[in-house]
Amino acid sequence: MMCYQILSPARCSPPGEPQAALPTASRRSASPTPPGDNASMSAPLIEVSHLRKRYGESVVVDDVSFLIAPGECLGVIGPNGAGKTTTIRMALGLATPDAGEVAYTLDGTRLTMPQDALAIKARLGVVSQFDTLDPDFNLAENLLVYGRYFGMKSADIRARIPQLLDFAALSHKAEAKPGELSGGMKRRLSLARALVNDPQLLLLDEPTTGLDPQARHLMWERLQLLLQQGKSILLTTHFMDEAERLCHRLLVLDHGRKIAEGKPRDLIAEHLEPDVVEVYGVGALALASDAGLAALAARVEVSGETVFFYTAQARPLLAALEAHPQLRTLHRPANLEDLFLKLTGRQIREEG
Amino acid sequence: MSQVSTASVWAAPRLSMRWWPVFLRNLLVWRKLAIPSLVGNIAEPLMWLVAFGYGLGALVGQVQLGDRQVPYILFLASGSICMSAMNAASFEALYSAFSRMHVQKTWDGIMNAPVRLDDVVLAEMLWAAFKALFTVTAILGVMLALGISHSPKLLVAWPVLLFVGITFSCIALIFNALAKGYDFFTYYFTLFLTPMMFLSGIFFPTTQLPPLVRTVAEWLPLTAAVELVRPLFMDQWPAHPLRHGLVLLGFAVAAFWIALALTRKRFRN
Repeated sequence: MMCYQILSPARCSPPGEPQAALPTASRRSASPTPPGDNASMSAPLIEVSHLRKRYGESVVVDDVSFLIAPGECLGVIGPNGAGKTTTIRMALGLATPDAGEVAYTLDGTRLTMPQDALAIKARLGVVSQFDTLDPDFNLAENLLVYGRYFGMKSADIRARIPQLLDFAALSHKAEAKPGELSGGMKRRLSLARALVNDPQLLLLDEPTTGLDPQARHLMWERLQLLLQQGKSILLTTHFMDEAERLCHRLLVLDHGRKIAEGKPRDLIAEHLEPDVVEVYGVGALALASDAGLAALAARVEVSGETVFFYTAQARPLLAALEAHPQLRTLHRPANLEDLFLKLTGRQIREEG
Repeated sequence: MSQVSTASVWAAPRLSMRWWPVFLRNLLVWRKLAIPSLVGNIAEPLMWLVAFGYGLGALVGQVQLGDRQVPYILFLASGSICMSAMNAASFEALYSAFSRMHVQKTWDGIMNAPVRLDDVVLAEMLWAAFKALFTVTAILGVMLALGISHSPKLLVAWPVLLFVGITFSCIALIFNALAKGYDFFTYYFTLFLTPMMFLSGIFFPTTQLPPLVRTVAEWLPLTAAVELVRPLFMDQWPAHPLRHGLVLLGFAVAAFWIALALTRKRFRN
């Protein structure tokens, strides 16, 4: 079976594991295993302190701090324009912060941006929001040329290419050009390209935006594999199931500020009632002002044609709703999307 | 909260050998398209040469250069090769570099690896100069085959023309850094390169220009290039190699610095 030695020979998954890793419905709500105590005890790979960035009059990143432990996956979520990409750009030294510090501890050495930018980038893998693949090169050449930017020898890169393409599930496309690839294939090639230097930390800016569910699941599977192999990941995403599935911890940004941070399940428990009952259909909106129903819910919210009842005790509420058989109800546990919308509001952000 | 000092975009260039893989990247792309690009690069200058050199040359006959008479085709060939170096470097450092920088975002990808913007700009500059050298070499080959000049000093003209390519790619990169789209480059060609073409003694000697215009023309980089290259075609040494060499060098150094500062400004935020 496949063994992705290229990524970390010592930690290769047992045969069959990668294929079996396709997430199924039963795994859906399972939280990822956090890194072991050893990992959280050692120095953080990246330590971002009090970052601030202003463009003209608007402050796009405002006093943002976070750290990532070895082996950890940190998710950064927030509406468009929340400052996610700018934060990543500052972490990469591509944008200069107005204040604050970005420090890395790589291979036991403390390095800071922007002074040690080259030494830091030598140990990072980056997948930016928009693919920057070379359209004139085939897939193998894309990897070869990118590896040379790291000062790697051509022979060494060539030896890695088959494994990188295998990891990206693109071995059969080695001679194709990026223009002939689907969106998911391009993103996986970008991921393979980011792995060419065997990085310690991956910075992924919306790696699955625009992908169909199959391509997204394959990307998740690969990212989980990388985490199992001990890589650390900083990930921005708009998909709450992605954040919940992959990330050990989450950072919620809005208007450039950090508004919440913690493990996905802890954040939900901290900010939300455990159950949600959604009611929709003709006449549903009138229920929002029904005092009897409101008394059975901790919080009532209206969005569009749907009324959301948040409660710790769904049973009495559902019983009361049986008096309105023409309405459709959906009873489900509170999820990250509820949290996200509670923290950042339901209004559309135009600025992204 | 620690304050981060912002280095000026005008700080000295920080260059390293990391430009080489970027140059290699461009070379690898070009190798795939070298033959069609060669035809495009040399067809137009050769048409100018044949049409004007033989057509107009029959009317003009000899051109008075200092104390000697020179066949018009030789006069034109030795000037137009400088123009070809200029055009080849300018096209590459404008349209092609802009595609890589802005349209394909190739530079952004490169800078996620341990390569500084300064080295990317240096690589693009040298790459455009290499393209100019390649074009010039092909045209020189045709000129030799046509028997226009057999001066052994053409061997010296060759590195001089590389230097001409370097100077014009540095200047073009300034406009690349300022461009919002390809349309902008039309201004550069029509307002800067085309007038210079007529003022630098390529098609007719600068002695034909009004005195004031001539004074200005003498300090143009293309004039310096022609003054250095033309005598070599006639198996002579340039009259003022130091002065014209310094003009080219001055333009190259100043333009590279300005181009780098403006490119840093473009990428800074």
